[in-house]
Amino acid sequence: MKITEQEVRYVAALAHLRLDDQEVSRMAHDLDEILTHVDKLNELDTSGVEPMAQVLFEADPTSTLRQDAPGDCLPNQTALANAPLSGSGQFKVPRVIER
Amino acid sequence: MNVASLTISQIRDGLRAKSFSASELAAEALRLAAAENPKTNAYLLLSDERALSAAARVDQQLAAGQDPGPLAGVPVAVKDVIVTKGLRTTCASRLLENFIPPYDATAVQRLEQAGAVILGKTNCDEFAMGSSNENSAFGPVRNPVAPDRVPGGSSGGSAAVVAQGTAVASLGSDTGGSIRQPASFCGVVGVTPTYGRVSRYGLVAFASSLDHIGPFARNVHDAALMLNVIAGRDPMDSTSALAPVPDYRAALQQDVRGMKIGIPREYFEGLRNETADQIRKGLDLLRAQGCEIVDVSLPHTSYAIAAYYIICTAEASSNLARFDGVRYTFRAPEAKTMLDMYNLTRGQGFGAECKRRIMLGTYVLSAGYYDAYYLKAQRVRSLIARDFQQAFSQVDALITPVSPFPAFKLSEKLADPMEMYLSDIYTITGSLAGIPCMSVPCGATSEGLPVGMQILTRHFDEPGMFRLASSFERAGGSTL
Repeated sequence: MKITEQEVRYVAALAHLRLDDQEVSRMAHDLDEILTHVDKLNELDTSGVEPMAQVLFEADPTSTLRQDAPGDCLPNQTALANAPLSGSGQFKVPRVIER
Repeated sequence: MNVASLTISQIRDGLRAKSFSASELAAEALRLAAAENPKTNAYLLLSDERALSAAARVDQQLAAGQDPGPLAGVPVAVKDVIVTKGLRTTCASRLLENFIPPYDATAVQRLEQAGAVILGKTNCDEFAMGSSNENSAFGPVRNPVAPDRVPGGSSGGSAAVVAQGTAVASLGSDTGGSIRQPASFCGVVGVTPTYGRVSRYGLVAFASSLDHIGPFARNVHDAALMLNVIAGRDPMDSTSALAPVPDYRAALQQDVRGMKIGIPREYFEGLRNETADQIRKGLDLLRAQGCEIVDVSLPHTSYAIAAYYIICTAEASSNLARFDGVRYTFRAPEAKTMLDMYNLTRGQGFGAECKRRIMLGTYVLSAGYYDAYYLKAQRVRSLIARDFQQAFSQVDALITPVSPFPAFKLSEKLADPMEMYLSDIYTITGSLAGIPCMSVPCGATSEGLPVGMQILTRHFDEPGMFRLASSFERAGGSTL
């Protein structure tokens, strides 16, 4: 086993994702299969190979920089329009600090 | 007018000759889409009001003797992961069932500026994660060519509407094959341009270093015209490329005599089926057109799926973190604390495939695993990109199948996610390298299921890609 159900629960907590018991057991099985396939990468010696974080092509490295000037942004009410709960021009969330 | 078979050039001619008005065309296209959609479930939403007002604008411009733009009156559909101002955009997720975007994606803006008429939003896999369109929260799409089969994914709806005739062209998104594979399954043209060629502004992010927007169309000319309109630098996407956009139509008439085409041997090893037969017939046709065909090797091909599923899930787990119950419509109603709000909203809102990818991505980025998985995968991505560079020092283009098999039956591959992932092998490599790739129809199997031929070229060599595709199409490649 590459991953246990206990580890699945730990990762789900990191991802803020509530999984029920059935999902945890299915997830452990699926991730195990995928991680086993992914092990294939260890066949390759990649020492000295640069990681590719972005697709690179011929361009001046600074050419996409722009002036740091504020532009238009969404009006307050427009930005809040999709909020499940809002008030006084703010997004409202459940109480964070318990008294 | 027969909307189901019109091309963009025919619409242009029809409007000019006053055979029909843009408003008549839009009304007929909307009627047909509403009538035919129950057969495929390809549209999630029809935008009658927006379409008719865009069409009326085109008619007014024509009446005033103004140029209404290169896509004047063309009925198009937009994948539901691309935001449309005031028009519900769900990403085929329960989580965004009621999300009304406050702005338009750049590609959408450009289409409408060019006179296109947006008919509606198309179904897809949830957050563009999947290869069969079966991961939609709003039900799967059926393949218009064979209704018991999938249309491919994740842009299944965008491919299906073009194949079904309920849109003339459409926008899709491609992260690991999500335009090319459904194009091949439905028998239409699908283009994934160079990474950065089309602005991603307004494309709901899945894996930012791999996400592309691109067109579907009935033929190569229409696809080139669509790309003409949506390509180009956009200040709202800092990864959009500065390189000037050539008129892609210029490449369509050139012959292909003397073009050197590479056949990557890794893509044909063990592939003995009708898909392989069709691609070989396609190669014979190109040889008859004067292309020189040579064997090449892309030695790291078999590592692509492993690298891809680490990189794309890592990026997805970060991108989807924003769906936390604060800003985007859905919040689990029973959540009493902040942490419950996050956990329950996400647990209830995301479907199984999204959860799987968020989990894998979180795992590979978690403390102690970063170097072993994420960094390793990025190094392998370099090796795969280098394979292509080496191949393109010998040849002008590469030709491969798009998928190892044609459209499969609904639910045939749902039980085993790994098997579904493995089916993306031929499209993932080009995505990792960020090079232009497309699917062009290459006949059908004996059962009548479409086969797609993939053409890949160097960064920004969309003209070379279109030149080959167009010559292939003219020579009868689509009915091989």
